[in-house]
Amino acid sequence: MEKYRFFEHTADAKFQAYGATLEEAFTNAALATVTLMWDWKKIEKKIERKVEVEGKDLKQLLAIFLEEILYLLDSKNFLTGAAEKVRVKQEGSRYVLKALFKGDIYSDKYEIYGDVKAITYNEMKIEDRNGFMVQVVVDM
Amino acid sequence: MELKKINEYTWEIPKTGEMRVPALIYTSSKLLDNVKRDRTLLQARNVACLPGIQRTAYVMPDAHQGYGFPIGGVAAFDMDNGIISPGGVGYDINCGVRLLRTDYSERDIHEKRKQLLAEIFREVPAGVGKGGKTRLSRNVLLEVCTKGAEWAVENGYGTGDDLLRTEENGKMKGADSNCLSSRAIERGIPQLGTLGAGNHFLEIQKVSEIYDDRAAGAFGIHSRDQILVMIHCGSRGLGHQVASDYIRFMENKFGTRGLPDRELINAPIRSPLGEKYYKTMSAAVNFAFANRQMIAHWVRQVFKKVLGSSEGMDQVYDVCHNVAKFEKHKINGELKEVCIHRKGATRSFGPGREEIPAVYRSVGQPVIIPGSMGTSSYILVGTEEAERLSFGSTAHGAGRLMSRHEARRRFRGEKIKQDMEHKGIELMSTSWKGVAEEASGAYKDVDEVVRVSHEAGIGKLVAKVVPVGVMKG
Repeated sequence: MEKYRFFEHTADAKFQAYGATLEEAFTNAALATVTLMWDWKKIEKKIERKVEVEGKDLKQLLAIFLEEILYLLDSKNFLTGAAEKVRVKQEGSRYVLKALFKGDIYSDKYEIYGDVKAITYNEMKIEDRNGFMVQVVVDM
Repeated sequence: MELKKINEYTWEIPKTGEMRVPALIYTSSKLLDNVKRDRTLLQARNVACLPGIQRTAYVMPDAHQGYGFPIGGVAAFDMDNGIISPGGVGYDINCGVRLLRTDYSERDIHEKRKQLLAEIFREVPAGVGKGGKTRLSRNVLLEVCTKGAEWAVENGYGTGDDLLRTEENGKMKGADSNCLSSRAIERGIPQLGTLGAGNHFLEIQKVSEIYDDRAAGAFGIHSRDQILVMIHCGSRGLGHQVASDYIRFMENKFGTRGLPDRELINAPIRSPLGEKYYKTMSAAVNFAFANRQMIAHWVRQVFKKVLGSSEGMDQVYDVCHNVAKFEKHKINGELKEVCIHRKGATRSFGPGREEIPAVYRSVGQPVIIPGSMGTSSYILVGTEEAERLSFGSTAHGAGRLMSRHEARRRFRGEKIKQDMEHKGIELMSTSWKGVAEEASGAYKDVDEVVRVSHEAGIGKLVAKVVPVGVMKG
């Protein structure tokens, strides 16, 4: 099954990510985000980072989850190469996401070709129709 | 949507439905065709519906679709009944442009231009994933965000004269660094003094045409082939985090119901959250001023090392093109303080405004408009008319035409470098794919953008510059 697909967007980048479950679609959204900056297949998966984020609804949760990639990049020079064990739970009125990122610290052997500045809500969609689809526009 | 042509360079979306004011687009028939293809006009109409909006929502000649507000959007809000919106400023807070002049001419540097560019590339950290040259403590970062470019000058980067020739003198006084989230601080610490990537660049340029001798003279630009240096970058991850943080705080506080687009989220200017956003955004603005101040200093050092001297490398000006500010403008015949949002728009104040440096007060403010990679850039001057026409604002660049994805499919970085070298332009970048994304073919025609600005009267042409050496982040 296709993990993600990019669409035309004048200034920024727009993608849809797919999955049989919400978690899988979120996982693929993380890979799509990463693909705008580097090739995740080429990143050594030698360092692990636990991720735990929460949001008041699924869209906010998705935005904060993807933002984690940018935060780890800017503050720790961490290049995410994989998102694993993504779990989403509803706790009261909030949604909690736990995941494990695997990747490496930046070094010259990696080519970084893009700079995602932020995850936006613009045209954001989360749909469940015989499988999940999330749509995200990121600011570049 | 109804679109009414007012004159050759002005179109109007008349006030209908929930719009509180009309929207005006400064454009040409050629540029308008592109604008119509995306969501720019719809977004301009949405902005015109926001509470407390004054006079008109304006759209600049280089506009394209953003999120919430269009890029190239200008809107002013009443201080008491109006709003402030992170989406009206943009994610890259105080993304802006700094211009240095020199006494060198093209032939003085011709032999050494490769070396100049290579040294700059080594001295100015760029790209993504790497930190800067200095690792700051948290307290120093907070001081940077309080003092802006002033902090940089106090620490040996540049001169006091640079501050006088920077918008806001390089420091937003309303900044409160203590409002920054720990995430914003953590993203900022490694990134002070870095160019970044994407559309950010540093260019060694030469003057190719002077249209207005008087203004050019005032700006220290006197002859063709004179060498200038242009630096285009912003507040890096710190500013991006501030925008994301406050969009979230505002939607948690006020909800998103009734908003045609979640990114239009806003807070009343006078509310605690609105005030806090202004203070935090100002801290990010200061980070960006300090960032460009440090980079300018390193550029001067390289010129001194390679060419023997950096004498005469004065700053022409430093403008921010993503910002919200409190300014006084004439509304219904009365001078009134408003909260103006410029998102992908440059302030273009005319002669006399007290905000502009004394040395420029008789001619107007320098407006620096970077083109796309390898094409022309322009220096304009602000006009009095602009205050009436666009709250003293004009374009900020070429404006994208094509998505990055499409650009990468169509262009190859290596080929672009060859083509530029053919034209006598050196190029260095951290990534070939990044070069392809920024291909000039992916942008609007900057010549047409500045022509519209000039003809519409919102910023008048002073000089055209072309690159000699390009460093892309």
